[in-house]
Amino acid sequence: MTATPSPAASARGTEVRLTDLTRVYAGSVRALDGFTLHMAPGEFVALLGPSGCGKTTALRLLAGLEDADGGTIEVGGKDVTSVPTNKRDMGMVFQAYSLFPHMTARQNVEFGLELRRQDKATRHQRAAEMLDLVGLSKQADRFAHQMSGGQQQRVALARALAIEPQVLLLDEPLSALDAKVRSQLRDEIRRIQLEVGTTTLFVTHDQEEALAVADRVGVMNAGRLEQLASPAELYKNPATPFVAEFVGLTNRLRCTVSGGVATVLGGSVPLLAGSAGDGPAVVLIRPEGVEISTAPAGSGSVAGASASVVSASFLGASGKIVARLDASAGGGGELVSVQVDNTDVTAYAPGDRVILSPRGDAALAVAVS
Amino acid sequence: MADRPVLTGTRRALGGFRPSGALAGVVPFFAYTTVFLLIPTIVVVVGAFVDGSGRPTLDNIAALGGSTSSFLPALQHSLVLSVVTAVTGAVIGAVLAYAVSTARPDGMLKRFVTALCGVLAQFGGVALAFAFMATFSLQGFLTVWLTNLGIDTGSSLWLYQWDKGLMLVYLYFQIPLMLIVFLPAVEGIKPQWREATETLGGTTWTYWRRVAGPILMPSFIGATLLLFTNAFSAYATAAALISQASPIVPLQIGGTFTSEVILGQENVGKAMAMAMVVVVALVMWLYAWLDKRASRWLVR
Repeated sequence: MTATPSPAASARGTEVRLTDLTRVYAGSVRALDGFTLHMAPGEFVALLGPSGCGKTTALRLLAGLEDADGGTIEVGGKDVTSVPTNKRDMGMVFQAYSLFPHMTARQNVEFGLELRRQDKATRHQRAAEMLDLVGLSKQADRFAHQMSGGQQQRVALARALAIEPQVLLLDEPLSALDAKVRSQLRDEIRRIQLEVGTTTLFVTHDQEEALAVADRVGVMNAGRLEQLASPAELYKNPATPFVAEFVGLTNRLRCTVSGGVATVLGGSVPLLAGSAGDGPAVVLIRPEGVEISTAPAGSGSVAGASASVVSASFLGASGKIVARLDASAGGGGELVSVQVDNTDVTAYAPGDRVILSPRGDAALAVAVS
Repeated sequence: MADRPVLTGTRRALGGFRPSGALAGVVPFFAYTTVFLLIPTIVVVVGAFVDGSGRPTLDNIAALGGSTSSFLPALQHSLVLSVVTAVTGAVIGAVLAYAVSTARPDGMLKRFVTALCGVLAQFGGVALAFAFMATFSLQGFLTVWLTNLGIDTGSSLWLYQWDKGLMLVYLYFQIPLMLIVFLPAVEGIKPQWREATETLGGTTWTYWRRVAGPILMPSFIGATLLLFTNAFSAYATAAALISQASPIVPLQIGGTFTSEVILGQENVGKAMAMAMVVVVALVMWLYAWLDKRASRWLVR
């Protein structure tokens, strides 16, 4: 996944600038608090965050479905902050199924073109192209109640793209679907977006979805953007403790920081910028940043922290071991998750004595509160 | 098929049919509809085609269309009364339903209006007629109050005419009934449909004309038909309010059974009732068809 969109996509997309947006509900709840986001032409940006963080509000402000209390919205270099929704030229796919139920799939796709006064032949041709793009040519004459949830969302995507919008807005379009369909449609959305090159803003609370499809992922918290970066950058170099804990699984382990290095699990971990200064701290280490090995018999000493296995889980492509640190290891009984190869899961059973040590990947440390 | 189960005892007697608890639960319903709907309908239909001695005849049907018959004018009045009160009640009730649907779902206003309409929709008959008389008649409190203020209210006879007072009284229960019947349909409208319309370039007018209007139309027409049958078959309110002549069909039917002036007209009354049953059956069939169509579109 690249942070910069492909040249072909860039040539067709439109630049979007949301600057210092504020939205206040009921007089005091600040859904957006100085939210700023710049999207390059043709870029696919995912907004990720917990419920109530303001990601959907940001998307609705861009669509014009809500008014900002402060800040500006620019699309293609034009200020559209006060432009009504129907003049903004945005395609949108909603979380809830939103196909017009009294129209067939084809009629739904043609709807926006009709409003643009395109002639019948052009509408038919465009609708056929769009339905073909989403793989539903054969379902063109079906009504919403005759289609599955996944098919309905594909038609909704075709309907949104048919008008050749400047920006495509996706408001958790996959959340109502089952896991398998969600994964398939997620990949399909990305394929289609790359094909049409429309600048796209995708709102989701599912980090796997966001990391899988976006050029850049923006993690939101309390109405603000905590970090905007490529999926890999976001995962490896989280800028804040919130990002480190929200994206992926993280172990919180007590450590001692000295000279930009944390001493933990009997080893050293280099610290990322923004980490706590010298002294006691908590280091945030990914499960794949911890190494596990069976404790040697007898009382021989090895590098690492001794622990007891609590559970061993087979997760398909990988495995997870959860172990409790011995009190003597300085951890005071903390639980540590360790990612292992799926073939190694069976080597560990609850109660087994193990040694945990850091692999040495850079991590973020926060001061002990 | 050698291992096909062998039916014995009661099950064999029932042809393999096994009564379940759920089926037993609907027995009272079927008993009720048999006694109060099916049997009366059969009595009416059979009675329409026999004379006083029980011999088959078409005279009762012929009597409905005779040159001296008052049935056709009464049928015309009933149809006009029902159509006007149904359409007026439907339009006003639909607007009210939309207004109520925009209120907070768990709010006081919505709960109060729906509860009130539930009562008013069933508030008919003698009590309703009396309430209107107590308000609008010559000695009604509103008439007296306005007269005391020096405002001449004219005659109160309009209250007792089918095309004025009776229409007004009928609207009193038609509008609340429309609200109750139509509200679920209005609430089935998804806000995303309006937002999708707007993002695709449509206006509020586009939304109502191309999306919400067509989606709600089957429910609206179905509810209007329900109001039509409600007015068409109403008897008690009209009987309490109009004591002179029988300008609508239900009063004429009642007259054939209770009149002390014209005797032996019971079977003509049954012929009239049969005509009403045919009209109501047709309308209800159309209602059921529209409701089925609407239920595919709206999650209620």
